Amino acid sequence: MANVSAAAVAAPGRASFVYDPKVRGIFWQCVLVIVIGYLVYSAISNAQANLAAKGQVFSFDFLSAPGGFDINQHLIPFSSEAGSTYGRAFLVGLLNTILVAGIGIVLATFLGFTIGVARLSTNWIVAKVAQTYVEVVRNIPLLLQLIFWYNAVLKPLPNPRNALSFGAGFFLSNRGLTVPEPTFGPGSEDVFYALLFGLLVAFTFRHWAKGRQEKTGAQYPTGLVALAAIIGLPLIAYLVFGRPIQFDVPVQKGFNFAGGLQVFPEFVALLLGLVIYTAAFIAEIVRAGIQAVSRGQVEAANALGLRNKPTLDLVVIPQAMRVITPPLTSQFLNLTKNSSLAVAIGYPDLVQIFAGTALNQSAKAIEIMLMTMSVYLALSLITSFFMNLYNRRMALVER
Amino acid sequence: MSAIDPGIPTPELPLSEARSFEGYVSAMPVDPQGPPLSTAGPIAWMRANLFNGLGNSVLTIVFGALALFMVWTLAKFALFDATWTGADREACLAKAGQTAGACWPMIKERLAYFVYGSYPIDQRWRVDVVFLLGVIGLVWVLWIDAPRRDLGAGYFFVGVPVVGYFLLCGLPLIGLPRVDTDLWGGILVTLVIASAFIVVALPLGILLALGRRSKLPVVAIVSTIFIEVARGVPLITVLFIAKVMLGYFVPERFDPTLMVKALIAVSLFSAAYMAEVVRGGLQAIPKGQSEGAASLGLGYWQSMRLIILPQALRITIPGIVNTFIGGFKDTTLVLVIGMFDFLKTIDIASADPKWATPVSAPTGYLFAALFYWICCFGMSRYSRAVEQRLSVAHKR
Repeated sequence: MANVSAAAVAAPGRASFVYDPKVRGIFWQCVLVIVIGYLVYSAISNAQANLAAKGQVFSFDFLSAPGGFDINQHLIPFSSEAGSTYGRAFLVGLLNTILVAGIGIVLATFLGFTIGVARLSTNWIVAKVAQTYVEVVRNIPLLLQLIFWYNAVLKPLPNPRNALSFGAGFFLSNRGLTVPEPTFGPGSEDVFYALLFGLLVAFTFRHWAKGRQEKTGAQYPTGLVALAAIIGLPLIAYLVFGRPIQFDVPVQKGFNFAGGLQVFPEFVALLLGLVIYTAAFIAEIVRAGIQAVSRGQVEAANALGLRNKPTLDLVVIPQAMRVITPPLTSQFLNLTKNSSLAVAIGYPDLVQIFAGTALNQSAKAIEIMLMTMSVYLALSLITSFFMNLYNRRMALVER
Repeated sequence: MSAIDPGIPTPELPLSEARSFEGYVSAMPVDPQGPPLSTAGPIAWMRANLFNGLGNSVLTIVFGALALFMVWTLAKFALFDATWTGADREACLAKAGQTAGACWPMIKERLAYFVYGSYPIDQRWRVDVVFLLGVIGLVWVLWIDAPRRDLGAGYFFVGVPVVGYFLLCGLPLIGLPRVDTDLWGGILVTLVIASAFIVVALPLGILLALGRRSKLPVVAIVSTIFIEVARGVPLITVLFIAKVMLGYFVPERFDPTLMVKALIAVSLFSAAYMAEVVRGGLQAIPKGQSEGAASLGLGYWQSMRLIILPQALRITIPGIVNTFIGGFKDTTLVLVIGMFDFLKTIDIASADPKWATPVSAPTGYLFAALFYWICCFGMSRYSRAVEQRLSVAHKR
């Protein structure tokens, strides 16, 4: 031992600096920087050479040039005749992506929570049906499901003349879903203000009731009041201002529908596919979240005299939500990213319109791909930012 | 009755009554009776699990009807109404007064196309050999009790890809003619791209995960940026980039084929997801392990190779398999950039005029769904089994 320790004591002073972890770290980092720098440099110089060879320049000027193509579903006016620009095509695509992702997230959350709870049902058949749904849907590629809905379900539907009717002006045909279209007459903005006011009232009341409960223990029917404020106030405004919002109910006429709002089959197929697929994942997250709340919590709540519903509302769900929320958000992000599969069935989302049609027309591959990727990156960064905020608020506060 | 009460003298029973009492005594023990039907058996089970209360009874009936309807619809289409033999679309058209079911002869005739695509028919044995080699490797690596799994890993991660590359692409030197990747198709393409997930993405993902946890700031930042960017964008945009943009960034004399572009895109994309899974495993290993390794005099790479990674990878097997399932499903996306994967061959076959009927698309999709479902469900069962095994080992 003695000779070993003598060598060891002397070692630090004599070790060559080649073996110093700090020096080695700096060396390897320099190598990495040089390699990446070289890759970036050669990529840029190659791109310049290739662009020059094809007579192109890297610039975003094309965004203000007229596009020369049409988009069937546009939330803002867009037509080749009016000389709509590439920049506007970008906006149209972005809005379409946001539309399908927004509606999809809401519906998938509802369906997912329902199925997740159903999987835990004491009713054997309900639990088994929910489980089968999850196991089947989760293990089949989304693209296959989308193509199935589009090619095998929506396309072979009868033409508008023989459309399937669901009553109340809802029709399903090979032109997609036809629904009554709301028309906003004068005074409809007042109904909208009433809705905003109702929301405000509901939130204020909830805040007040919570404070009151913490002080005195008295409970108030927050849900009923909120319902009355959010639905009742706009309804009163609607009646007072002489029914400004009317519904234009479609009717079958000739080979098509007269009136109503036409929802394109591509949109229906994409929405169906995204909702059904994502709901299966959300259901698993919900189930895991509820099961993560230990039984003792429920038993303790029962011992305190809480009934089933307050136990669920005050004890189980708040704790389960803490587990559910982070993976749930990543499912929302997945749904948004998966909406880019629209390209396979021709729904004009950001990728199909901008990275597809616009790219083919303008040949501005680098600029267009950069913009498209930035949109998705920005969406995911914003989401993770809000997620972190939420997590910080919901995190367990320990003593 | 009163005979039991000791305080009251027992009255004498008449002789006839005593005799009849004797008749009640059984010479044989009576078999014990089961619990009443209302507390055990199928009826009680149904009462407890299906019809306990009005709400639950309604749910049972609604969901039961729904389930029966779905199963019936599927069985009617796939079995009862299905066409089993025939030479072309005529056989699969609806007969008078009947609805047409699945068109199985189409699948049967096109099966080879679904597996090999347009791979030259006389060379298809090469694909079969590669499949066989791959299956052997897969079993060796995934079967936890298999002998010499380290050798198996080497065989699977290095041997099969190298041999597979030469077998599939061809090596004129030893008499295997070249086969252009444009001719590949079907399950072959699906599996080649899926294998990129394992063979390239897993090692790259491990490196990225180590990089993200590295103490060297430059390495950590570069890895983190790569991972977050790749996870933030949809795979389709990455594939589009590979298809339309990669050509700009490499010198014109390298012009990779579409297959190579897709493989690069898929591997880099999935490496980011693998990295996050592996990072989870690395974080689960207590710090004492790396400190212990350091105190034994092991360097960074030695301690990673011998101490940390074997433990971390073992607990991340379920996560890796789950990521792989996601990746396997995502291989279908390559059809968007014009490659002939399994799903695309199904689409082409069902649109072929020889077989095009109203039922050919649903038949094709049903067959494809079955294929993907069996693969993915099998993998998820495997990952669950490993998870359970690991949790047992953990509890010990």
